[in-house]
Amino acid sequence: MEHQSTPEVTFHHEPGGKEVVQRIIRTTVILSVITLIELALGFGIYFLHKNPDPSAALILFMKGVIVILSLLKAFYIVGVFMHLGDEIRNLIMTIVVPLLLFVWFIAAFLWDGDSWKMLRNTDGHSKAATEQTSHPAPSTQGHGQGH
Amino acid sequence: MATAQAAQMETKWWSGGKSPFNVEYGKLMMWYFLMSDAFTFGAFLISYGTIRFSQNYWPDPNQVFNAFPFAGHANLPLAFVSLMTFILIVSSVTMVLAVHAGHHNDRKGVIKWMIWTILGGIAFLACQAWEWTHLITGDHAVLINGKVEHIGTTVSRNPWGAAVPGMAHDGHALTTTGPVAFGGYFFGITGFHGFHVFSGVIINIIMLIMTMNGVFDRRGHYLMIEKAGLYWHFVDLVWVFVFLCFYLI
Repeated sequence: MEHQSTPEVTFHHEPGGKEVVQRIIRTTVILSVITLIELALGFGIYFLHKNPDPSAALILFMKGVIVILSLLKAFYIVGVFMHLGDEIRNLIMTIVVPLLLFVWFIAAFLWDGDSWKMLRNTDGHSKAATEQTSHPAPSTQGHGQGH
Repeated sequence: MATAQAAQMETKWWSGGKSPFNVEYGKLMMWYFLMSDAFTFGAFLISYGTIRFSQNYWPDPNQVFNAFPFAGHANLPLAFVSLMTFILIVSSVTMVLAVHAGHHNDRKGVIKWMIWTILGGIAFLACQAWEWTHLITGDHAVLINGKVEHIGTTVSRNPWGAAVPGMAHDGHALTTTGPVAFGGYFFGITGFHGFHVFSGVIINIIMLIMTMNGVFDRRGHYLMIEKAGLYWHFVDLVWVFVFLCFYLI
């Protein structure tokens, strides 16, 4: 880097020192609190699993809440700590819009995994085939339960 | 502030002579690198999700990750990973404070906060080293081909299978082997993340040395600290999702 200044930047966004530090502290508190809520939900799931017959719907709901809280954490880290929120709109869009690919990416592949499981459980022929090709593991478990 | 925003609105960003994104080249390219890296991690985690969805049985993370250093065999689910998460959040905060000090060309502040960030990174790596060692060397009684064997968790063996009803060994429930993919994904993804933390620590140490030598004072700006900061926050961001996918759900 030979150049002394940075001529690419037209506008500097550097508000007063105190304001920034306050925002950093506030974000830290928010991130810590969200993490604590996530942990509380995690322990909730742990104790629900101790029941002989845990409610699958309730556990799924709690896991969904944890996923949403994680996305919130990601929003705060990227928006405040990485200062993406302070950049101009065009730049934000070139980062955020490509990430929308994840919507398809996650949905398609989890769906595929689910379909694979259905094939494993319903079609005896493909069951044996998938288990042999995908798991060169010590084959110990009885069929049906094992994996 | 309001006038600055109004001036920003009126600026013709695309008429040439200035960066239409109002950032330096290096910072913009760091953003695009991080976006591509997000897809790499995303692909790993989604592949893990696909395999997990395709299995009838998957180990319960609360059962696998329940140990804490010097706590012996105490059952402490989520405790150690909470500590690791907390360490990474704190080191992310100290990094923001280093970037903030850099904005004000405050060399002493940058040095102080960079040292704390580096220590946080090293502490996280130490935690991960302990956890890996614990998983690989921690033996569990498993029923293999009708015989009881003691195996640890590696990329090719997984002792965390379903419990064998009515069978116990030395007072512990006896299990079958679990899906092998568990170890591969866990060590692969946390290893790739750990490698990012490691390279982040190296980059931060280089930035610290450059700050101490007054390189950025001579240059007139602390932009390199900002770029290293972006990378470091990304490492924390990825951990949010690793924590989510492997430990929480």
